[in-house]
Amino acid sequence: MQTPIVLPNSAPLLSRTGWTAFLVVTIVLTACVPALNLWVDPTSAFHMSDFLVALIGKIMCYAICALAMDLIWGYTGILSLGHGLFFALGGYAMGMYLMRQIGLDGNYKSELPDFMVFLDWKTLPWHWTFSGSFAATLVLIVLVPALVAFVFGFFAFRSRIKGVYFSIITQALTFATMLLFFRNETGFGGNNGFTDFKRILDIPIATQSTRMFLFVLTAVTLLGFYLLAKFLVQSKFGRLLQAIRDAESRVMFCGYSPVPYKLAIWTLSAVMCAVAGALYVPQVGIINPSEMSPANSIEIAIWAAVGGRGTLLGPILGAFIVNGAKSWLTMTAPEFWLYFLGALFIAVTLFLPSGVLGLIRKLTTQKSLDKGGAA
Amino acid sequence: MAHKSKTSLICMIQFKNYDIKFLLKYFLLLVIVCATLKPSFAITPEQAKALSVGETDARIQVLQQIIQEPDEKTLVFLQALSDDSVKILDGRAFIVKNNLGIDPITGDSVEVPADAQDVVSNNRMRGELDAALSALRLFSADPKLRLAAVKDLQKDPDAGKLSVLERALKLEQVQKIREQIEIAKSSILLSSEDPGVRLTAAKKLAESHSPDTQLLLNQRLDVESDPQVKIAIQASIKTIVSSLVWGERLGALFTGISLSSILLLVALGLAITYGLMGVINMAHGELMMVGAYATYVIQTFFIHHLSSYFDYYLVVAVPASFLVAALVGAILERCVLQFLYGRPLETLLATWGISLILMQLVRTIFGAQNVAVENPSWMSGGIQVLPNLTLPWNRMLIIVFAACVLLAMATLISKTRLGLFVRGVTQNRPMAACMGVNTARIDTYAFALGSGIAGLAGCALSQIGNVGPDLGQGYIVDAFMVVVLGGVGQLAGTVYAALGLGIINKILEGLTGAVLAKIAVLVFIVVFIQKRPQGLFAVKGRSAET
Repeated sequence: MQTPIVLPNSAPLLSRTGWTAFLVVTIVLTACVPALNLWVDPTSAFHMSDFLVALIGKIMCYAICALAMDLIWGYTGILSLGHGLFFALGGYAMGMYLMRQIGLDGNYKSELPDFMVFLDWKTLPWHWTFSGSFAATLVLIVLVPALVAFVFGFFAFRSRIKGVYFSIITQALTFATMLLFFRNETGFGGNNGFTDFKRILDIPIATQSTRMFLFVLTAVTLLGFYLLAKFLVQSKFGRLLQAIRDAESRVMFCGYSPVPYKLAIWTLSAVMCAVAGALYVPQVGIINPSEMSPANSIEIAIWAAVGGRGTLLGPILGAFIVNGAKSWLTMTAPEFWLYFLGALFIAVTLFLPSGVLGLIRKLTTQKSLDKGGAA
Repeated sequence: MAHKSKTSLICMIQFKNYDIKFLLKYFLLLVIVCATLKPSFAITPEQAKALSVGETDARIQVLQQIIQEPDEKTLVFLQALSDDSVKILDGRAFIVKNNLGIDPITGDSVEVPADAQDVVSNNRMRGELDAALSALRLFSADPKLRLAAVKDLQKDPDAGKLSVLERALKLEQVQKIREQIEIAKSSILLSSEDPGVRLTAAKKLAESHSPDTQLLLNQRLDVESDPQVKIAIQASIKTIVSSLVWGERLGALFTGISLSSILLLVALGLAITYGLMGVINMAHGELMMVGAYATYVIQTFFIHHLSSYFDYYLVVAVPASFLVAALVGAILERCVLQFLYGRPLETLLATWGISLILMQLVRTIFGAQNVAVENPSWMSGGIQVLPNLTLPWNRMLIIVFAACVLLAMATLISKTRLGLFVRGVTQNRPMAACMGVNTARIDTYAFALGSGIAGLAGCALSQIGNVGPDLGQGYIVDAFMVVVLGGVGQLAGTVYAALGLGIINKILEGLTGAVLAKIAVLVFIVVFIQKRPQGLFAVKGRSAET
């Protein structure tokens, strides 16, 4: 008989202050923001502009990606340069549905999306079969990226591809898919992708209330994913992931096969990205193949690195810091944005290996130590 | 004796006979030459007027007439018409050259009246003028011009040119040009009324190995009614196609090798920085861009200050692009990368940041638009190997250049002291340090070397494509694919991988189109790495795992 391994009592999901903060953020995002945007007079100082709502909504989608990246990179040590692919797959699945929702209101007044009329196609291609139904679209948003990630991950992890090799082939895969989506024949609108959406679930998409609903939905998804991720990394599953990150051979010597663990977290991470993409498209109103460019995938990694890898909260913070800085800088000094981003990449890797959150934690513990010393 | 004198007599008679024939022939020739060059047949004022004004149809008719009996002045006048430098007033035509008037009939310079009108030619007239000019060039003294003229005429065969061709054939001495004229004649005769003439023409055209003839034959095949001619045309097409197939095959092979040489140049630098040193250098493409811009700066300097030596600017540009890129590389290594050894994922992010900064820097200095780098004159053009295969000089030189760089680098790594140190440091850093090698300095040198080779690649790319801030972005994925496929730490592997990828890519391009070929190659690499994670040429032994 084997003696069961005694695990230490698992810590609560969040500490007391953690839950309080979580609750406050939830209330702010799901109640205060809608109230300030919808019901406060636009001339008032407390009014939240539509622009700001759209921006925060967009960044929350990015934050979901950063969270997904943290699970696979921060906790499992696998740097994926292909998360832009999953983001785009989710986005395209949603985009197809939104294109069908345009119905007869397109430029050519046809059942078919405008770009197909333009290409002189007579019927929908096979992969558009389920795009008419919202329920099927929801399934596809999860299923397609999950399947792609699972098949790719299965072969990659089984042949023990790791480290930089894995990063480079995920990049190659994303690059190849981008080239494929750029082609008109693939049936995804080529260069222009999908845009000019009119409705979602037969409700006009551009109204303030629809936008607010999408905003709240994104916030709830982000918070839900955060709790899920927190639960996962604190479970035995999560501890194994970290063990794989730190010493994969030892995990194998202990009798675990790392493949199913890596595969599970890889697929989950891909699905999270896809959901983020599906939430992103109706809010931003466009999806095109450039979402799959290598630069976008690497940027996801930098959000996670700036905030602090392996902290869950850090990457979310990082997404807000980097994208906030981006929208501020591209408005005030567009030519400096790339200098800033480049310097950020270098500075974070050189001076902030544990990110902004790591820096804050270091400073606060220093302070409390100083206090303890003084007392 | 008598016998002997008899034979000599016969000989004499025969000789005389021959002489008379020869003289007759010569005389005839002289008459023809005189007919073509004698001033009395020169362009008349009426012809000049008829060529310049009136309905296009009428003008073309005069043109057809005039080229039957051409002379120097006709050529000059037609050329002037084609260049839009003819003016007319009250039925008198003037050639205007460098603001000076020339009388087309006498060739003397005259004052052009201020109210003379420009002669306007429409596109149809222009086409006819060009054809007429090529017809006249058939009698030029330069064989090259004659050959070019025949080829021009052949592209647009019509019955009006037949007599000119026949006249040229009589005068022509060079065998090669004679053949071309025959082929051009056959192209015209292919649409003759007489099936017999068509048949001989169709058979003759099999000797032409040009894609234009193939097109012409195919067009004729669609309207041909005579079964015998049809068979002859089909046979000729077959012959031409089979001779063209080789050109196409060799062409695909050449572009494949050309792409391979570029991939090799791009990947060689990466083989050092990534393969030997383990730095995931995402800024490699931007180092190439730095090299390309260094070439641009040198080129611009030569244009402005040393324009007479412009053809030799590459002599300066090649070392300059190496040095500038190497310097940038050395600075990067000292300031950023030396703190990141052993953390490959971090180097990936940091070098990506560096690439963003370098790109933006170039945009700030040179602007976001592409800049033009001109080839030196000896690099433009190419040699025609087969009728449908021309090898451009710049691509051939890049192949040679890539081979030279490869050779130099292989020598440097395997034969020199620096190469020994680089290998030592990559294989066992602490041991190399114990032996007294300054490992930090070797790292800097090695990185600078890799960057310098990237600069050379940029210099080569500037000769065949656009130079812009995004130059490197397009190559970085490909370069990593080459290094990964070849096996990390292997120069030979990099060479084979570059050759293989380049040729496979171009062959697939012929079958499926450029984008699908690229996707197929990427998918192939992804699958290949699943099977052989260490690349084509795996390092064997203990160090393979680390």
